[in-house]
Amino acid sequence: MAEIVSLTDGVAGVVHDGDTLVMEGFTHLIPFAAGHEIIRQGRRDLTLVRMTPDLIYDQLIGMGCATKLVFSWGGNPGVGSLHRFRDAVENAWPLPLELEEHSHAGMANRYLAGASGLPFAVLRGYVGTDLPAHTDTIKPITCPFTGEVLTAVPALAPDVTIIHAQRADRNGNVQMWGIVGVQKEAVLAAKRSLITVEEIVDSLDPRPQDVILPSFATTYIALAPGGAHPSYAQGYSYRDNAFYTEWDGISRERETFLRWMDEHVVRRAPAA
Amino acid sequence: MTEEYSADEMMTVAAARQLHNGTVCFVGIGLPSTAANLARFTHAPDVVLIYESGTIGAKPERLPLSIGDGMLADTADTVVSVPEVFNYWLQPGRIDVGFLSAAQIDRYANINTTVIGSDYRHPAVRLPGAGGAPEIAASCREGVVVVRQTLRTFVDRVDFVTSVGFGQGPGDRQRLGLRGAGPRVVITNLGVLTPHPDTCELTLVSVHPGATFEQAQAATGWPLAVSPELSTTDPPSPEELSVLRRLEASKGAT
Repeated sequence: MAEIVSLTDGVAGVVHDGDTLVMEGFTHLIPFAAGHEIIRQGRRDLTLVRMTPDLIYDQLIGMGCATKLVFSWGGNPGVGSLHRFRDAVENAWPLPLELEEHSHAGMANRYLAGASGLPFAVLRGYVGTDLPAHTDTIKPITCPFTGEVLTAVPALAPDVTIIHAQRADRNGNVQMWGIVGVQKEAVLAAKRSLITVEEIVDSLDPRPQDVILPSFATTYIALAPGGAHPSYAQGYSYRDNAFYTEWDGISRERETFLRWMDEHVVRRAPAA
Repeated sequence: MTEEYSADEMMTVAAARQLHNGTVCFVGIGLPSTAANLARFTHAPDVVLIYESGTIGAKPERLPLSIGDGMLADTADTVVSVPEVFNYWLQPGRIDVGFLSAAQIDRYANINTTVIGSDYRHPAVRLPGAGGAPEIAASCREGVVVVRQTLRTFVDRVDFVTSVGFGQGPGDRQRLGLRGAGPRVVITNLGVLTPHPDTCELTLVSVHPGATFEQAQAATGWPLAVSPELSTTDPPSPEELSVLRRLEASKGAT
């Protein structure tokens, strides 16, 4: 059964130096509060896995937490570049960043295979592109029934997956709705998991197209209201599009980035 | 009646006209999303917009800043997981049009959104990467590309093939096993290009009002093919312009 803990204890309990860490949430429900706690706890040498690194991994990369990134689209949605990600790749600042680069379809299928307990997934993808020449986790595979050549990608089986959801009940069952991305697969693929939530309630009344993660399938639940900001939690908050635009200026130079992180993350105590 | 309009507005209007009413369209963020929603608010009210965030049949009132804005989920016919949108909806060929943009494009409409520079490990510019584009370009029945035409974008060879157009020419898509037909049209700020039926090479078939073939050639890094029946694009109608401006003003509002 999932245990309900503080954000600080939850992060300390599941994230260790050298781990392969997944933090998912497709534009919606991105676990920023947990990401900031990882930075405060000073984790190092992480392999960060995420389809769209977004601002959260820009921050972890810029703060020197990561040595490798597994991803499929590394931009600031609707705005432009992730400057800390670019600085790491182009100038090895603050550390060299090894890349393992995929497409969205490939990453989604890697999570699906991990959640399904399979070693790899099969898809129609990547063919004719330059990605297989640079990413050794993309290989051709022949269908044993038709002889057709398809593409195989290995399962993702991270040490830990962290997601943000709308709410949990007191038994640790988690409920989320809206754009649910690949979070269910990412949690089920991982050895350990932490789910931060907007609120903890007595019972989970059904919502249209909701996704439930039963308590037995996760490790820790932590209360973190507003923990998806500047992304959003449908029904609780709106995406802070202005902040995504402001981040372009904050993150462009190393000095302004470090100053912002110090003021808003490093020296700020977690909410719970 | 003639109204002042910018080259970018002409480009977006020309791109929107490529979507027919009822078309099922996989939409990328940025120019494609603006054009697709312009089509929905003008001549194609029943266009079905699918965003890779899993929102199928999204009908946003305002322009989303990202492919995952909440109003896409609020207004969608259904919201599915990301594995489902790629595996059940895109991969089997259920989507008519893949609407993409590019950082670089070559004469066979191969697209680069990964790196600028010849060394992948040490790029001059690190771009966002593939996202959904490789499989959108492969599996949609056809592609529409919207991209500003400059010597930086229209290059003789793309530095990295992120998404396949026609590969190295005729027959390559079939050889690679790509099931969609490939890009049907490329819309730029200067004109409209379509692949030649025999050579697959992008051919200028229309210039926007005020633009010329010479301008298009000067913004292209290879000898640009031109149709013998080069036409001039119809300028934006007052309705197209007013809807576009209303949409642009609403971008990212919540």
